This record gives sequence, C-alpha cells and structure tokens, in this order.
Amino acid sequence: MIRLEDVSIKQGDFELSGIRLSLPKQAYGILMGPTGAGKTTLVEAICGLRPIQHGEIFLGDQNVTACSPADRQIGYVPQDAVMFPSMKVEQQIGFGLEVRHVATVLRKRRVDELAELLGIGDLLKRFPRGLSGGEKQRVALARALAIQPKLLCLDEPLGALDVQSRTRMIDYLKAVHQQEKATVLHITHHLGEADQLGTVHFQLENGIVTSDE
Amino acid sequence: MNRSGNRLFWAAMIGCGTAYLLLILSMLLADFQYVGWDDVKTSLADRNIQYSIWLSLASCTIASIVSMWIAIPTGYVLARLGRDTIERRLQQRPWLRRVALFTRYLVDTVLDIPIVLPPLVIGISLLVLFQSPAGRWCDTVVHSITSAIGISQTRGVTYEVPAVILAQLTVAAAFAIRTMRRTFEQISSRPEQIALTLGASHYQAFSRVALPQAWRGGVAAFTLAWARSLGEFGPILIFAGTTRMKTEVLSTTVYLNFQMGNLRGAVSASLILVTVAVVVLIVTRMLTLNRNQRGSIE
Repeated sequence: MIRLEDVSIKQGDFELSGIRLSLPKQAYGILMGPTGAGKTTLVEAICGLRPIQHGEIFLGDQNVTACSPADRQIGYVPQDAVMFPSMKVEQQIGFGLEVRHVATVLRKRRVDELAELLGIGDLLKRFPRGLSGGEKQRVALARALAIQPKLLCLDEPLGALDVQSRTRMIDYLKAVHQQEKATVLHITHHLGEADQLGTVHFQLENGIVTSDE
Repeated sequence: MNRSGNRLFWAAMIGCGTAYLLLILSMLLADFQYVGWDDVKTSLADRNIQYSIWLSLASCTIASIVSMWIAIPTGYVLARLGRDTIERRLQQRPWLRRVALFTRYLVDTVLDIPIVLPPLVIGISLLVLFQSPAGRWCDTVVHSITSAIGISQTRGVTYEVPAVILAQLTVAAAFAIRTMRRTFEQISSRPEQIALTLGASHYQAFSRVALPQAWRGGVAAFTLAWARSLGEFGPILIFAGTTRMKTEVLSTTVYLNFQMGNLRGAVSASLILVTVAVVVLIVTRMLTLNRNQRGSIE
C-alpha cells in the first residue's frame, strides 16, 4: 500500500539516506526507534510536508513523490494534535471534506459517524481551547479519518496521555483500524503499545529501516 | 531584606511608568487649562474644522483599510519565508539560498524605510515621484476616475485629497506590515501544514486557518495604522498642502492655526485630535476585549 524506494532526506546536518519501507494495505505498521532517529521527519516526508532529496514514494500503484500534501490523501495526526484554534470541533473534523466540496449533509453524517466512533459527540460544539490532551488527540484522529485517507500516519498519538486515557485511546485506535479498514503507520516508543496494535513492525536506527517481516 | 528589596523593585518599575503617565496627563491638563470649553465649542462650530474632522476620519479609515490589504499578505509572506524556511528549502542550492537570503534582507530593509525616514523626506519623495512621467500618468488616471464618478474638481493626486490618503498610507502601511509580520511569526505554521494534508490549498490554509488566528494582531495593526495616519503631518504638508476645505486634516489645522497666531484655535484643534484618537482607541480595545471575553477564539 505504501512503499518507499531508496528515499533520502536531508535537514541541516541530519540525514536519512536509502530508506526502504513497505507496508501492505490495511496493515497496522508500527515505526519505532530512538529519539532523534528521524521517525517524525520520515513520516512528514511521506505526507509531503518535507522535501526529499532522492528516491520515490508510492501509495498503492501511484507515485506520489512529486504530489503536494493535498493530493496525497494521507491523514496525519501529529504528536501535539495541532488544533485549528478558530474552529469548533465539528468544523475541524469536517474541514477536509469542506475543502473538497463534499455536500453539507454528507459532511455532517461523516462527522457524526466519526464522533460516535471516537466518543467525542459531546465535544462537537466546543472550541479546542480547554480540551484535554486525550480529547484533542481523538479530534485530530477524527479530522484525519474524515477524508478516508489511503494511509493514516500517527506520530506518537499516545505520548502525552495518562495511563487511563492511553488504554482508552488504544481501544479507539483498534476500532478505527477495524471499522475504517485504514492502513496505519504509527510512531511510538512504547513496546506495549506496539504489541497491542501493530501487525507489522519497523525499526529506524542509524538511518536504516528494518522490518520484522 | 528580601521583602524590602521586592518592594523597591516594584516601586522602581511602577515609578518609571507613572512618571511617563504623569507627563502625558500633565500635557493634556495644561491644554485644557489654556483653552476653555467655549473655545472647543467655537472650534467645533467652525465649518473649516468640521471639514478637517470629517476628512481626517475618512482619510485615516481609507488609508488604514488599504494598509491592511498590503500588510496582511506582506506580513504573512515575510513571516512564512523566514531565514529558517529559506535555509531548509534551498539547502541543496547554496547560491540560490544566498540570493534568496540577501533579497529577503533587502526587502525587509526597504519596507522599514518609511518608519526611519523623517516625515518631510517622505513628503518630498512623493512630490518628486508624482512629477515624474509615471506620476503624471497616475495623476491623469485618478483625474479620469474621479471625473467619471462625478468628483470633477479633483485634478489628480498631488495637492488633492488622494495625496492626503497616499501620504498617510505610505507611513501607516509600514507600521501595519511590521505588526502583521510579528503576528504571523507568533502563529505556528503547523496547523496550516495539517490543513494542507487534509486537502486544503495554500489559499484555504491561509484564509481558513492562519488568518482567523491573526485577528487580534489585525486589530492592533489597523489601530496602529489609523493612529499613525491621524497624527501624520509632514508628508501631508509637503505632498497635499494645507488648503482649507480641501486638504486640511486635523493635524494641519493645528499647524494652520498656530501659523496664523491663533494659539487658542491650535490648542482647541489639538484637543479635538486627542479626543478623536482616544475614542477610537477605546472603542477598538473594547471590541477586542469583548471578542476575547466571548472566548470564541484563542
């Protein structure tokens, strides 16, 4: 589903080169590695937010290397959730559909569907200010899922959560993976999280990606 | 010792601000003592003063609105194409990176020129510019437009009302750009990046995500541009002249009255100028505060 061929990324003195990675359709990929290994940089390059110096990125059969982030149809949930401060939760979730000119009725239906799946129905009319870390993560997840992405990239979505919220979020992620039939690439440091969620595991270390497959 | 040290610290900090506050209040009080309420009423009844108040309000508002149209995109571009972005984007092309960094530095400096130049120099420069072929052509175009909409007495730009607005705009826009640039620099570009991954165009990411976050900075930039325009004097004097019932604004009313030896008239006009400025600043701040209290936007 997602294939990286000999990808090189340079950012100042930091460099990743010759990265190869392949994740099958509907798989739940876990990307692990020490801090500073370049996991976030790699995921942002996949999303089109960072330029790559060399190599190619395929999404299914499509070569998306030269595509803009908007044309890749990759959902991205960054580590810090990153809310749109001026939009209510329902507007945030529906934003991707709105800019794609999806009809209001269909948009509302999709927002309600995701809100129910992620247990954020009571937050829809609220602004992001005042939401807890876990709530923000679920809103960001719903926002990324709304466009039915070909690939969902999660950058340490449970990193800042307490134990209780973490357990609940893992259940939500399992539900998302099953019900939305999403292909997921999830960055984490936690072995427990990786074991509970992952179907394919990758390790990024010293600029090399290794897989357990 | 620690407690008295803290007290001394706060006394010194508050004392500095209070001294300046007292200076401003003393100046205003001296003005009020010099002229009575009757003088102010007489000034307000004067048709020339009424015209200059009207022209001041209208020209400042137009100059501020146009300033914002310039400041928002310019401030956004300067904030988003910062040194780090250029370094990151052009790291593979060192010569292009050097050219881009130098160009950015140059643009930055040129945009600050109206802030550092003496106001009279801006006025003279505008006057010289409008004596050039391009300036004369602009004069002709403005004359055609004003004639077409029925304002046939306007001959062009120089020494006419458009000159007042242009003189105010030249300085006000520079301050507005600086404020909008700082505003966008303080707003993270991450939400815009996320918007791009959701399918938004750069325009949609800007207008739907970045711009609503910049509203407070926008209000500040507009207020600053308006206040600068209201206080503008030198460029207007040179470029628009001080013709009564034509290009006279409040700041030039003060000058005209003073030149004619009418000190009471000059002080009365000054007080009207101060009152207009204070009312606008208070209304703007109250609007900002109300929106903030509603808590709709962080």
